[in-house]
Amino acid sequence: MRKGLLFGAAVLAASTWSATALAGRADDTMNWATDREVAIVDPYYNNTRELVVMGHLGWDALLFRNLDSGEFEPLLATSWTWVDNVTMDLVLREGVVFHDGSDFGAEDVAYTINHVSNPDSGVLTTSNVSWMKQAETLGPYKVRIHLHKPFPAALAYLSNAVFVVPEGHYDGAPTAADGKKDYGAVAPVGSGPYRFVESRPGEYVLWEKNESYFDGSPKGKPAIGNIRFRTIKEMNTQIAELLTGGLDWIWDVPKDQAERLSDMGSVTVENAKTMRVSYIAFDVDGDSGQTFFTDKRVRAAVAHAIDREALTRNMVGPASVVIHSACHPDQFACTQDVPRWDYDPDRAKQLLAEAGHADGFEFDIYAYRQREYTEAVIGDLAKVGIKAKLTYMQYRALRDLVWKGETPINHMTWGSSSIPDVSAITSHFFSGGRDDPAKDPEVVAWLAEGDTSTDPEARKAAYKKALTRISGELYWLPMFTYAKYYAFSMDLDFTPTSDEIPRFYAAKWK
Amino acid sequence: MLAYLLKRLGVAILVALTVSLITFSMIYLSGDPAVALAGESATEEDIENIRRFYGYDRPILIQYLDWLARAVQGDFGQSHYLREPVARIIFERLPTTMWLGFLALTFALTLSVPLGVLAAIRPNSLVDRAALTIAVVGQAMPSFWFALTLMLWLGIYWRLLPITGTASWANFVMPAVALGYYVTPAVMRLTRAGMLEVLAADYIRTARAKGLRPMRVLFKHALRNAIIPVVSLAAVQFGFMLGGSIVIETIFAINGLGFLAWESIQRADLPMMQAIVLVLSVFYIVLTFLADMLNAWLDPRIRVV
Repeated sequence: MRKGLLFGAAVLAASTWSATALAGRADDTMNWATDREVAIVDPYYNNTRELVVMGHLGWDALLFRNLDSGEFEPLLATSWTWVDNVTMDLVLREGVVFHDGSDFGAEDVAYTINHVSNPDSGVLTTSNVSWMKQAETLGPYKVRIHLHKPFPAALAYLSNAVFVVPEGHYDGAPTAADGKKDYGAVAPVGSGPYRFVESRPGEYVLWEKNESYFDGSPKGKPAIGNIRFRTIKEMNTQIAELLTGGLDWIWDVPKDQAERLSDMGSVTVENAKTMRVSYIAFDVDGDSGQTFFTDKRVRAAVAHAIDREALTRNMVGPASVVIHSACHPDQFACTQDVPRWDYDPDRAKQLLAEAGHADGFEFDIYAYRQREYTEAVIGDLAKVGIKAKLTYMQYRALRDLVWKGETPINHMTWGSSSIPDVSAITSHFFSGGRDDPAKDPEVVAWLAEGDTSTDPEARKAAYKKALTRISGELYWLPMFTYAKYYAFSMDLDFTPTSDEIPRFYAAKWK
Repeated sequence: MLAYLLKRLGVAILVALTVSLITFSMIYLSGDPAVALAGESATEEDIENIRRFYGYDRPILIQYLDWLARAVQGDFGQSHYLREPVARIIFERLPTTMWLGFLALTFALTLSVPLGVLAAIRPNSLVDRAALTIAVVGQAMPSFWFALTLMLWLGIYWRLLPITGTASWANFVMPAVALGYYVTPAVMRLTRAGMLEVLAADYIRTARAKGLRPMRVLFKHALRNAIIPVVSLAAVQFGFMLGGSIVIETIFAINGLGFLAWESIQRADLPMMQAIVLVLSVFYIVLTFLADMLNAWLDPRIRVV
């Protein structure tokens, strides 16, 4: 009798559980999770990676970047031409319908651009839109975009960060308690392959297939019925849900756990590169009070002391590569043909001796991400006699210190918001701003030249000069590209992409 | 009694104020909130705009006093991230955490009180040793590790219980056990000590001499007296569990106040963090205050301390 009761309880528990565990192919719902809560479902008012991903699900941009060819292709715009350096005309696609049933046209594009480029609209990542001055309609399906100044990365931003909403979309935004318009509270409406269904902050965001998504889109017709994002903070819990069918897709799996999952054989594990790079920035002018790194020989000693190849191979993952210039190799104009500082501990010791530090020295190193990577760096430095004391802190706290010039060395990363253009990283860090460790006037001038020219070859030439100087003088020691481990259901046909934006609209069940 | 009550009330208010001030200061020590709000790709101009927009360019003391003046009126401001009144969000998520805390406490009492009684009836016996082992393990084992162990066996290997969420009662079993187990040792040892003391009292000997049935002596006369300090301890432990649910809610993806606290810290949602810490502190302080009052009512000697 007692055994029967226990068995009954177990069956009851299992049957109750089955309702929540149903996921994947069985109910045509792909469940994916990260550790972040998504409260605002709008790519302009939520700057998390999750909304970058969902941005491509729910909305369409004017252009589409083909990741295989690197070329820009038509999406909502069928063609585009530069009228001059600061004016672009676009012809728009006909027959596209928004999720609310309204027809897409030039008025929608002009409204979107005029809203987001207005500083009062409060778009979170203003650099995504602030390069646009305004837009005007030239016809029902023709629009003109005016720029503040020449901006060669415009196509990259138009394909990745400027999503079109229907005309008047934000006009009904409620007023928040602080008296400002709360544009993030407006119900999401786009024209993308998936339409928003519902969300509960801290739990999930549910999308369903847009059955009337237009034919001929380079994104293709969506295949999976529903896509549900879930917030699960703890990686072990995410893995447990993946193994038991509660989730179909996770990423950022630590290397050791990914290898164990791979060995189990019950889920697909892939390591794919991302647009994020790791770098070490030196206090070139000695603002931190620890003046060792004002001497280029000491910076070179650090560079020769770190075995970056071993670090990428043993810790980051097979898709990671060592980089030599201050950008990601997949970004436009990111040449690797710059001075290199290969692993050579003997040369490092020799340089230290020449700089008067034959017995080594002690300094503070700061980091905020993947402590184990920085610890590997510290281990390599110790082998040549340099003792580094690690201060590991939150990004926001560290960025404060970096801006104040209080870090002798900071080991940082940068994701470029997945913008495939050197201007999203090199120009950000070396144009003389607070992030610039060197403020080299020539580098600033070369970058300005690259940032404002619309001639690709001229841009490449200008950026090459800047990148050569940065690596040659070791303002930064570029370290490696990040790679992510993805783990997903064996039922799922999914291909990771190099820009850290999983294209779920292209996924399907096997 | 009134003087004692007023004195304890004054201390409670001072503690609440101190906690809020310390929390406010510590949030600033962890870095510029405007940088966190702006995100990684933000320019200096973005960050400066956000700093001005949210008033972070004012002196910290002014910000604190401004917040405190509104907080005492029940206005905790607007969440930077969720863009809704903080009070509304907190009171939406509080029931989940309260329910989890209640279940965890129920589990803890259901396990620890009988074990404490059994250990007291048979001191130094096998049962007593087993109870001691449970107490030591419960005290020593980190709750996150215990939670993951439960998840591994009950969720993955045996697939008896769901791993995450709050969809059904089954979702709460593992979190309640993981959270409740940590307070089991204290309750168990207090029950045991109380029972040992009461069982040695004269009135119990008298009750037994009168020929009352052993169970009646045990439950009606002994346990009823021995359990009083356990009740006040349980009240305080309930407050502890509300605050301590951060780890458990995070592991089991339960969308309660603890999870909200963790998320708010991650995204530097200052108004939310300040309000959560204050609400949890007030809970703890009120429960401690009530426990003090209960003890003072039961034991007049405390009132003169």
